[in-house]
Amino acid sequence: MASRPELQAPPEIFYDDAEARKYTSSSRIIDIQARLSERALELLALPDDGVPRLLLDIGCGSGLSGETLSDNGHVWIGLDISPSMLNVALEREVDGDLLLGDMGQGLGFRSGVIDGAISISAVQWLCNADKSSHEPRLRLKAFFGSLYRCLARGARAVFQVYPESVAQRELILTSAMRAGFAGGVVVDYPHSTKSRKEYLVLTCGPPSIATVVPSGKGEDGESCSDDSSADEGDRTVSISDRHRPRKKQKVNKKGRGREWVLKKKEQMRRKGNVVPPDSKYTARKRKARF
Amino acid sequence: MRLLTHNMLSSNIKGVANGFPLRIVAEKVIEKPVEMNHDFLKNMFAKLDWKAFVDASRSLGYVELPDEADASMLESSEFLNKFHHALLELHLEEGALVCPETGRKFPVNKGIPNMLLHEDEV
Repeated sequence: MASRPELQAPPEIFYDDAEARKYTSSSRIIDIQARLSERALELLALPDDGVPRLLLDIGCGSGLSGETLSDNGHVWIGLDISPSMLNVALEREVDGDLLLGDMGQGLGFRSGVIDGAISISAVQWLCNADKSSHEPRLRLKAFFGSLYRCLARGARAVFQVYPESVAQRELILTSAMRAGFAGGVVVDYPHSTKSRKEYLVLTCGPPSIATVVPSGKGEDGESCSDDSSADEGDRTVSISDRHRPRKKQKVNKKGRGREWVLKKKEQMRRKGNVVPPDSKYTARKRKARF
Repeated sequence: MRLLTHNMLSSNIKGVANGFPLRIVAEKVIEKPVEMNHDFLKNMFAKLDWKAFVDASRSLGYVELPDEADASMLESSEFLNKFHHALLELHLEEGALVCPETGRKFPVNKGIPNMLLHEDEV
């Protein structure tokens, strides 16, 4: 990623007509957004009774995440600050209702009417002060406070966020806790730089069994499915490396050995890469006549 | 914007104690047919503010809804059809929402209400 969009301009200016179009015509972004919202919906843990719920999509943009909600049969209301993004959403004829609004000004909804809220890559925008009147702390407080009021008791809110730093994550999380939410951060694929994703899972109401934060994916070395292209790095069973000084070469005639290969494979798995399963052929040398 | 959303929205201006319901000034209303889901209607019925809902539907020119409603009426399919139509199929396309206390207008363009506040209203 070249540079974070929130460092370049305020959201209503950054997502202009050109950027909105670019955002929605890129199949890669569509794919990622769909996957993120699918996971967010999973973390929402709505009761599995087939009844459509009224959900809120905060920072809905062009409605990519809303589409996932519609596909799962839910009714949603989307909120975004960028008119250009909402125009694209209109063109795409999304099923949900759209509102032009600023989440930092608080959400204007009645109390306890919303069954759940998701937000994909949006909340970190609140940490920026784009105008002289903006104070990130107050904006976060207004946002989480109004969200807490409009959610039904026991309802969840799941935010996928890209915090810039530890301090920023801390800021978002404390604001949420001050508003009365219980919950925490779920990290998917924590060992990988590329597929690592953070979700803030918040529950309305006092701590109980329902507020236990679910565990992230890939924590126990489970491979993530999105790197179907596999990693480009060579995974050959190294025999020797001529450019290294002699001392560091701990290679015998047979090569690095099975143990070393297994260790490396385990490392790659923890990073979330796709690694072939271990078998009796793992780290075996090819026959010379091959 | 559907009446479902209207029934959830309230005015968010600083100092407004009761920003619900927003008065509707309708200039253009359209209808988009959608599939009916009984479970959803029953679920939403409990959450709706019925009086505000009836008033809103009348301001969009739909007068079929009764003044009073209770959960037992959900058994009648005639009522459900009307309820469904008003809740999910009527769209306010152009017009405005007016804050009941301050009279501040939130314009609605192409079905999207502009709920952005000015700096002195936050």
